[in-house]
Amino acid sequence: MPDEIKPPAPPPPDGDAKPTADEPAILGGVKATPSGSVQADDKLPAEKPAAPAVAPPAKPATPTATSNATPVAAKPAAPAKAPVPTPTPWDSPMIAKLKGSYGSGIEPLTYAGQNYMVVDRSLIPEVLQVLRNEEQFDYCVDITALHYPQREKQFEVVWVLYSFARNERIRVKTQIADGATLPSSVPIWAGANWLEREVFDMFGIKFDGHPDMKRILLPDGWKGHPLRKDYGILQQDNEWVQINLGIESGQ
Amino acid sequence: MTDPNTTLAHVDIADLAAHDKTYLDANELVINMGPQHPATHGVLRVILRLDGEKVLGLECVIGYLHRGVEKIGEHRTYTMFNPYVDRMDYVAAVSNGLGYCETVEKLLNVEAPPRAQHVRVILTELNRIASHQLWLGTHALDIGAITPLFYTFRDREEILKIYEKYCGARLTTHAFRIGGLQYETYTGFEKEVKNFLNFFRPKIDEYEELLTTNRIWVERTKNVGAISAEDCIALGVTGPVLRASGVKWDLRKAQPYANYKNFDFDIPIGENGDTYDRYLVRMAEMRQSVRIIEQAVDALPEGPIMAKVPKVMKPPAGEVYHSIEAPKGELGYFIVSDGSTQPYRVRVRPPSFVNLQALDLMCRGELVADVIAVIGTLDIVLGEVDR
Repeated sequence: MPDEIKPPAPPPPDGDAKPTADEPAILGGVKATPSGSVQADDKLPAEKPAAPAVAPPAKPATPTATSNATPVAAKPAAPAKAPVPTPTPWDSPMIAKLKGSYGSGIEPLTYAGQNYMVVDRSLIPEVLQVLRNEEQFDYCVDITALHYPQREKQFEVVWVLYSFARNERIRVKTQIADGATLPSSVPIWAGANWLEREVFDMFGIKFDGHPDMKRILLPDGWKGHPLRKDYGILQQDNEWVQINLGIESGQ
Repeated sequence: MTDPNTTLAHVDIADLAAHDKTYLDANELVINMGPQHPATHGVLRVILRLDGEKVLGLECVIGYLHRGVEKIGEHRTYTMFNPYVDRMDYVAAVSNGLGYCETVEKLLNVEAPPRAQHVRVILTELNRIASHQLWLGTHALDIGAITPLFYTFRDREEILKIYEKYCGARLTTHAFRIGGLQYETYTGFEKEVKNFLNFFRPKIDEYEELLTTNRIWVERTKNVGAISAEDCIALGVTGPVLRASGVKWDLRKAQPYANYKNFDFDIPIGENGDTYDRYLVRMAEMRQSVRIIEQAVDALPEGPIMAKVPKVMKPPAGEVYHSIEAPKGELGYFIVSDGSTQPYRVRVRPPSFVNLQALDLMCRGELVADVIAVIGTLDIVLGEVDR
């Protein structure tokens, strides 16, 4: 199973008639030649770079067209260098209040119009409590994690929170080292139960105080945490498979 | 999770022994509603703790359909991952595709052109109708009303025919592309959609005629599996379940995406949060979807269907969370890009997974037959729960 497949060759020039039911679009710009081999066609009606590059809606912290600045040339010309979007700081009355209480432990940023804050591990149950009780973020949308093996603090746990009253969605992130645990958010949001179990299952991050800290998607006896970057895409717990399924882990 | 201390009064073991009762008279029975079961809508295992026929608590064991989609996402390019998302909630594949494409478009900072967004809305709302039809058929079947199954599946065929003509597939459609659409609508698309709407409007009335005032249906579903709005919000339950509990919240109105703000539609809500209300909410949603499609089909703009998106997609490093109102609830995608052609992390926030947590709370004190009704009313798809 190839992990990386190079996408088909050069970007197409301006296409002609748009495909209709009579002239179906050619998938992927590939069609059979008389000799039977399949080649990328130069005159493709598939992509229509016609009309103006859709002006990206004004969002804070995003620059003008990044990838849509690519000129549609017959040859793969270098795209116009656009400034790389980076997260920029975000302020609001809520942030001012939180910063007042916690100072540098909270770093509020915004990217692509979405607000988030990077919070120090030590502040974690407290900030979430405050967000729920005082700032009305009563709906815990999602809890997930990211694994950055090169960093010293390898894991980044993300809470996505939404407030019905304010119709606002934010993310709270914190960084923890391998082996560290986090306090469970189940006392704050009951829905965090299965979400934290899944984070444990996939990453191995334990949550203290969780009523039922065990695997949820993988079988109970499985060893390994698949979404970590050091777990292979084809890797399995061969021991478990052999014992429970009685087969050689077959790929 | 079941807490043994919250339910029955303590039973004196000595008392049991003294009266020479058998173990079958013990008050608690743990029964397994195994992964293979015709009414669990997929491979869902429910371990029930029963007192006779009454449920004291239950625990769901899931993961039988776990396919590692999130891990796969890290090893495929953005375009290559697109077909995978259809397979999660395989009933509403078009919605999944919409959510994913929109999230990547946010990462790339492009917006699909208006015509593409319009067609997307039409196809997504058709998908909502199809998903609710399948829900209705299977839910009624579980409860014992067999006829609606045939009606809804027969009528669903018309939608699937439209999909087949549009993109070649009925179920896992891969209808959308990052940046817009791949295929232009076929000649006769608007006409066929309008025909479908005219065909379908009396059908909803037909389904309602079969069930809404049907005494058996009402008895089986009223006050069954009730959940309050506070519990829904605390558990993160979204979609028709939340709306039936009285919370008037729909992502299409609260955080509009894909030009839903141009359309006029209502958000149906219920009062009691029981199974009957969820049924009514979904029937009303089908009517509202018809309304949206009507407006969309009349106002289909001309123009390109694909925005300028590079062939080799390398979104700038960053992360985006975007969610849509799937037929089942809030379907969210959290995609982290590290600047390369493959995402660093694709997280899918499945509505069925989070909604299924509520099953325990909703089934306390109900009978076993009601557990079946509640599983059906939650409208879960195991492909999405397990990914």
